[in-house]
Amino acid sequence: MAWIDACSTNDIDAEDVIRFDHGGRTFAIYRNHEDGYFCTDGLCTHEDIHLADGLVMENTIECPKHSSIFDFTTGEVETPPACNNLHCYKTKVEGGRVLVDI
Amino acid sequence: MMSGVVIIGAGECGVRAAFALREHGYKGELTLIGAEAALPYERPPLSKAGEIRLIRTAEAYSDNQIALRLGKVVTNIDFGSRLVFLSGGEALAYDHLLFTTGARARLFSGVEGCLTLRTDLDAQVILSRLSPGAKIGIIGGGFIGLELAALARKAGAEVTVIEAGPRLLGRAVPPQIARVLQERHSLEGVSLMLDTGVVGASANQIVLADGTLLEFDAVIAGVGSLPETALAEAAGLAVRNGIAVDGDFRTSAPQVFAAGDCCNFDWRGQQVRLESWKAAQDQGEHVALSILGRSVPYNKVPWFWSDQYDLSLQVAGIFDLGAPIHSRATGDGTTVVFQCDAQQNLVAAAGIGPGNATSKDIRIFEKLIERQTIVDAGRLADPSQNLKRLLAAT
Ligand SMILES: Cc1cc2nc3c(=O)[nH]c(=O)nc-3n(C[C@H](O)[C@H](O)[C@H](O)COP(=O)(O)OP(=O)(O)OC[C@H]3O[C@@H](n4cnc5c(N)ncnc54)[C@H](O)[C@@H]3O)c2cc1C
Ligand code: FES
Repeated sequence: MAWIDACSTNDIDAEDVIRFDHGGRTFAIYRNHEDGYFCTDGLCTHEDIHLADGLVMENTIECPKHSSIFDFTTGEVETPPACNNLHCYKTKVEGGRVLVDI
Repeated sequence: MMSGVVIIGAGECGVRAAFALREHGYKGELTLIGAEAALPYERPPLSKAGEIRLIRTAEAYSDNQIALRLGKVVTNIDFGSRLVFLSGGEALAYDHLLFTTGARARLFSGVEGCLTLRTDLDAQVILSRLSPGAKIGIIGGGFIGLELAALARKAGAEVTVIEAGPRLLGRAVPPQIARVLQERHSLEGVSLMLDTGVVGASANQIVLADGTLLEFDAVIAGVGSLPETALAEAAGLAVRNGIAVDGDFRTSAPQVFAAGDCCNFDWRGQQVRLESWKAAQDQGEHVALSILGRSVPYNKVPWFWSDQYDLSLQVAGIFDLGAPIHSRATGDGTTVVFQCDAQQNLVAAAGIGPGNATSKDIRIFEKLIERQTIVDAGRLADPSQNLKRLLAAT
């Protein structure tokens, strides 16, 4: 694990998500409704679909494909069809940059 | 004595209901009976990727103390003594009974000899026929027929789709969306025969209404589905294009519920029977709460998707195809349409584009429909209006 500079805090709109690819892996970085930044694996656990195309509502991301809902602060599935939780990664904000521990 | 919950039908809805009962704290006996031999699997991939994807792992059932009785058909029910009878004669007692018997492929008279797709076994047979150069005849330009057409083209087969109506998906989606699919199928080399009635078909032939005889290596019919209600009807439940249920998904018999493709319920004043994977899950969860005595209003918006080639289509709500439909001018090669009722309530929306290009929009529309939002159609049609902000303002 290492802290990686992923993006600027302004690269993500409030209540939105972007895709971040690093080291051959793909992640999703979220900004919630209270300007908290979070990071999870980038693909849904149901099928390999990029969550960054989904809708963020407060602390949840809804998969764009079949609407599984995850709490991105914990990775937990809130609504199936997905059965497995998302892996979460630590984040911190320094000097307007979002760093992720991946 | 407690005899617990018995669920008839181990498809998407029955499985969801069983797990939801446990998630909501039900501790009693729980039996899930399924006529099919395979561990419950998702149907949508059968016509898209042609692969088997399980709904839950075998361990998940045992971990949650869900007794799976697969390969067993419920043959009759005695509501008086609260017993269900399985093929082989075994009787099971219940406190609460749930019908999630789903639907089966429809076939009209004269076409009984062709293939249909509903189960994993059907898919095995169909996939084995989709080889390069094979001539595949598909009756019906609905979702299953079109997804199979795309799958068959990918496999290199020669495909003809024969549709009785003037356009594809005539009963299901607005013409703006159907047009995109029609153009794409033509571009991919599918031969589309519209306004063409079929009067007969066998394993290798289709006879058109004008008498023309067409020869194929395989003939598949995708002409809709019928709710699996024979058992319910024989047991004495009220059935009207599906097992009739109230807002809690209760049938006409005490302690007996029905949900998913087999049921007919009231959606905002209209009686509907959905054939939707998401609705099967939503209703499975909802009926679990009803069984536990926690009645909450059902307000889940009907939602459906389909994948053909790299295109994905999503529909939220129920369109009145006879009434005006508005377009949102996305301008990026995607198509998004929506409809409002006379009171300017948003009632339905649909989008199509490559991959998940329109999903976020449709998800927001779905939430606006759920909240029964009064909208200004002109603003929704204007792509410079941020939908997320409109949602936040409601
Ligand atoms: C090929 C295909 C593609 C699809 N694609 C999509 C899609 O892209 N999007 C979408 O939204 N929906 C799609 N659907 C529809 C979706 O799969 C259904 O809406 C969903 O499966 C309904 O779930 P259900 O549990 O109500 O019924 P089902 O999945 O039909 O399950 C019912 C089960 O009950 C069993 N059963 C019936 N009677 C008895 C009995 N007497 N005793 C014991 N068992 C019994 C049946 O064998 C069956 O296994 C598709 C369907 C098919 C067939
Ligand atoms: S891929 Fe995410 S819910 Fe199916």
